[in-house]
Amino acid sequence: MTGFTHRFRRWYGEGPLQPLVLLGSFALAGYAGVRLLEGDWLLIAVWFVGAALVHDLLFVPAYALADRALRAAGGRRSRGEQNREEWSRGEWSREEWSRGGWVNFARVPAFLSGLLLLVWFPLVAGGVERYESVTGLPAGAFLDRWLTVTALLFAGSALCRVLQTRRRARKQRPPAVH
Amino acid sequence: MPPAPRVTSPAEPGFWRSPLRGPWLTSVLGVVLLVGVPVLFVTGLLSYAAYNPDLSPRNDKTPDKGLLGFYLFDWPTDPHWLYRLNQGLHVTLGITLVPVLLAKLWSVIPKLFALPPARSVGHALERVSLLLLVGGALFEFVTGVLNVQLEYLFPGSFYPLHFYGAWVFFGAFAAHVVLRLPQVVRVLREEGWRERLRDPRPEPVDAGGLVAPRPAEPTVSRRGALGMVGAGSALLFVTTAGQNFDGPLRRTALFAPHGGGDPGSGPNGFQINKTAAKVGIERQDTGELWQLIVSGPRGRGDVRLSRSDLLRLPQHGAALPIACVEGWSTSDQLWHGVRLRDLAALAGFDEDPPGVLVESLQRRGAFRRAALRDNQVRDPRSLLALRVNGADLSPDHGYPARIIVPAAPGVLNTKWVSRLTFGEL
Repeated sequence: MTGFTHRFRRWYGEGPLQPLVLLGSFALAGYAGVRLLEGDWLLIAVWFVGAALVHDLLFVPAYALADRALRAAGGRRSRGEQNREEWSRGEWSREEWSRGGWVNFARVPAFLSGLLLLVWFPLVAGGVERYESVTGLPAGAFLDRWLTVTALLFAGSALCRVLQTRRRARKQRPPAVH
Repeated sequence: MPPAPRVTSPAEPGFWRSPLRGPWLTSVLGVVLLVGVPVLFVTGLLSYAAYNPDLSPRNDKTPDKGLLGFYLFDWPTDPHWLYRLNQGLHVTLGITLVPVLLAKLWSVIPKLFALPPARSVGHALERVSLLLLVGGALFEFVTGVLNVQLEYLFPGSFYPLHFYGAWVFFGAFAAHVVLRLPQVVRVLREEGWRERLRDPRPEPVDAGGLVAPRPAEPTVSRRGALGMVGAGSALLFVTTAGQNFDGPLRRTALFAPHGGGDPGSGPNGFQINKTAAKVGIERQDTGELWQLIVSGPRGRGDVRLSRSDLLRLPQHGAALPIACVEGWSTSDQLWHGVRLRDLAALAGFDEDPPGVLVESLQRRGAFRRAALRDNQVRDPRSLLALRVNGADLSPDHGYPARIIVPAAPGVLNTKWVSRLTFGEL
């Protein structure tokens, strides 16, 4: 038996459990899939595969680049290899961790605001034509709310940054001698 | 030490610089989804059962489901908030998990670009399965999030897309869990939940290639990054969940489609699924000339009742919510009207009334004809409602008469009822 498992693994690349599990999953996917694709099968398949491709090849690079631009603008310059090795050894102090300056104070509100926009984009962008006539509710409210929440998030974050800077400045001032 | 060479191909491990990635981070996010996704799947299946799809073709938007309907059962009427809870949970949890899903996908993105595309037959099959997993997850989340916003961009009817898509996704999800759970357990046991969360150092380099071999200096700690994902979930939750409650709580649901406030004030001020104008209800259809036709099979006991006839029948009250498949609901409203079982008696069913086919005046809408099961007809709280919260129904809430049934999805609480056919679905 172990001889078989060994030979199987060499030929197939995985243990014998993996193909059993995957084939079971594919059988279910096939059974549901032919029903899913009933109708405009090509467009549905494009949506299914396209969702993964658009996310992986468009969304992820886009927000990674945005984050990189933010870090570049934040002006955090690397202190070189030695500093990184100190981090790898867990030797960074609290000050070292917050040396990122204001980057996280922009990153967090941008992330939260962007997340709301991503999830509620149709309503926030006012693209849902039928919304008012179907629900009897005002469609314009969502953009105002999103702008307000975004402004509050950035304002709150800026306030935190100011408080942090002050606290640190107070700490660094030499204690008064009486 | 000379600077490391610049790597420009995402297939190279050195391309990925984030010091956060690693099996521990992926495992933690995976565990959250391991709890959340089955809840989404089960509540989704329950929602389908709540339509009673095997009762009548009118109730079934996926009639070729075959074995995938194996679990269907007679949807109960108790507790009366059952559908409200189920669907509120399904939609609110789904929206809350969006940042966790995105973070999970971010944490494993280097693997997408790894070369060669397949190291072995087994690896090739696994990558096909991962396409079903990632495509399925995103397909389900995108169709769900669009549908609750009434933005029907997807290619076809929401019901079959979301239902069959869920089975494809969940099959791949289950396989992924079976194949990866041992690794997750090992990583979390070895590295510890709290220990690794507090440890600022990078994760030890792994065979799976998630840990960056040449990490950039961190700008946020591991705790900070997970905190940010959690804050995203929390923000989505508190701006969504309130759409399931009347009063001040609804005001907290700033972005939910039925949040923010009510469409009106007074007894009929609560949330509307579809307005009378939207589904083509004209004033003359619901005026003095309106009559309800109550009949048994093959026209037996064809009875015509005007609204004043109905008001002369024994009136009963029931406090029941409206709960929509889109994941919003109202608190209990106090409805008054005629019991469905009393109307069944008019059609000749004095005892043990059967199910009923309900037809609406509305000209558009997938459920303008829908069937209720016998247990729903027999429940004393199931009404043909004429009044709500002490006032006549408004046109948008179904004047002259609407169905209200405990624990039933909103679409089965048919508005602007024109005909009830007992025993012939």
